[in-house]
Amino acid sequence: MKRWIAFWNIVAKDMRAYYLKPPNISWGLIFPLAWTGMLFIRTGSGLESILSVLPGVVCVSILFGTTSMLAVTVTFEKKNRAFERLLVAPVPLELLMLAKTGGAIAFGVANALVPIILASFLVDLSQLDAGVVVPAVLLIATASTFLGLFIAVAVSEVFEAQTFSNFFRFPMLFLCGLFFPIAKLPALLRPLSYALPLTYGADLLRGGIVGGNALPYALDFAALLAFCLTLFAASLWNVRRRWIA
Amino acid sequence: MNATACGAAPAIEVAGLRKSFGSVEAVSGLSFAVVRGEFFGFLGPNGAGKTTTINMLIGLARPDAGTIRVGGIDCTRNPKAAQSLIGVVPDESNLYPELTGFDNLSFCAALYGLPKAERTARARELLAAFGLEKAADRRFGGYSKGMRRKLAIAAGVIHRPEMLFLDEPTTGIDVASARQIRQFLSDIHRAGTTVFLTTHYIEEAERLCGRIAFIVSGRIVREDTVARLLDPVKGRHLVRIEWNNRAGEMCARLAAAFPELSFQPEGPGLVRVESGEPVRVGPLVRFLEEAGAEVAEARRLRPSLEDVFVQVTGLAAGALGREEEKGGHAA
Ligand SMILES: Nc1ncnc2c1ncn2[C@@H]1O[C@H](COP(=O)(O)OP(=O)(O)OP(=O)(O)O)[C@@H](O)[C@H]1O
Ligand SMILES: [Mg+2]
Repeated sequence: MKRWIAFWNIVAKDMRAYYLKPPNISWGLIFPLAWTGMLFIRTGSGLESILSVLPGVVCVSILFGTTSMLAVTVTFEKKNRAFERLLVAPVPLELLMLAKTGGAIAFGVANALVPIILASFLVDLSQLDAGVVVPAVLLIATASTFLGLFIAVAVSEVFEAQTFSNFFRFPMLFLCGLFFPIAKLPALLRPLSYALPLTYGADLLRGGIVGGNALPYALDFAALLAFCLTLFAASLWNVRRRWIA
Repeated sequence: MNATACGAAPAIEVAGLRKSFGSVEAVSGLSFAVVRGEFFGFLGPNGAGKTTTINMLIGLARPDAGTIRVGGIDCTRNPKAAQSLIGVVPDESNLYPELTGFDNLSFCAALYGLPKAERTARARELLAAFGLEKAADRRFGGYSKGMRRKLAIAAGVIHRPEMLFLDEPTTGIDVASARQIRQFLSDIHRAGTTVFLTTHYIEEAERLCGRIAFIVSGRIVREDTVARLLDPVKGRHLVRIEWNNRAGEMCARLAAAFPELSFQPEGPGLVRVESGEPVRVGPLVRFLEEAGAEVAEARRLRPSLEDVFVQVTGLAAGALGREEEKGGHAA
């Protein structure tokens, strides 16, 4: 019970201090809107194309929404030493890191809702398979958050966290089949695609929103889950090694 | 170990503690024990290894060698094992600048699992204890240094820990605030809290602590109760004489004229006179005046822990800081 009071209050504090601040809320809205608008204009093929770019836009919104937050909630707090207060509290490290990432995961889900709700006004989303899309959005948000966490605990400065996130994020835009199929990538790059979590997330969303997933759902889910577990474990290992040294 | 010999259960037991950073050995084989209910002081100059030791005790750093038991729990392997028993006041404030004073306290209480009603009551109580009620709803980022330190101490005790670790709680704040903090620490100690305090203010250690360890370059050079530490200097008589104009080898001339006294130069125009017998000031002043010095002041000093520290460590008293008289007002 005591631990859950701690857990919930860490999440609530981050929400209040970071996520629900006007700049973040507007960023969380504007960013997905900008992506949506840009892609719709670029494809230029009318409303039907919305459905085909929606999975990619949802992925990008989650990816950018979550990874950028960890630089603040973790790296910045470590830098100004507030994180030490958490490390000396009687909260197991696993629970502490889940609390520090819980807000970002929720923020990622909220970011995913923006393009989906917007699209629902423009096109018919009745064939959307919620049984796939809902868990997919959750898992993508979790995997991207943990990727952000992995970066955030591996560096010491906020700008380093941001630079490294971009090092991962921008290649993912092109390599994960978000806007053009992986099959069209040079053969040399294709193995790289399958080493990135978003590839599986985008495939799930494509299947759940327009149909036509390239891989079996079970494989997509299993791969995303494996990324979540590996990234979380690696982050904890790094915190124990670098911050309780 | 004299602490355990008293029969009380040790709150903190440390044996053979070592920690290096690269080629710097910050802590070189510390062993000590703190009894439950004791006010224990770690007194040492900058870089002595005080913060490094505290960090290992509270689970922020892992020792290279040695064992740590806190509240009877072995924390050597698992630094988090005893964290529910302890409160921590770090050397630098690490509260959240964007939260108010009240929200900071309430958040810290939540980290220790206090339910909401208790968090609120406890936060209000501590804000009042430090005279911070008016600042309760202001952002911590806008607090003055003294206010920050007080709130950090409030945050450290919000969950009523059995043991409190404080790393230089009065460094860099004005006299009135420091006094208020010392009074608070005395009070919670009297109420039963075990206190582990690091400081480089000798008077602070002397005033607050029951037992003190002198730490220099990662080693404890002496550890005892304040009363026993003061024993060797108790019968000593000290006088400090100050004169205005510089006077060359005045010390040597004084020593030649008063062979029964010992003279230590403490600066230009400043000498410390020490003796086992009461020192008669008149002849000294007359001698100096006749030698052409304008005596500004001659003052009897109470033998203090400072003298013990100088004796034991061989360091000048100036190696430790003296509290700056900023003459601030109580908040
Ligand atoms: N993270 C670190 N990396 C490298 N060296 C360190 C680190 N922390 C401490 N040291 C070194 O270890 C020694 C002891 O430092 P420590 O901070 O424990 O001293 P201290 O007694 O707390 O001093 P102060 O009174 O200045 O706070 C110093 O020489 C310091 O430079
Ligand atoms: Mg220190």
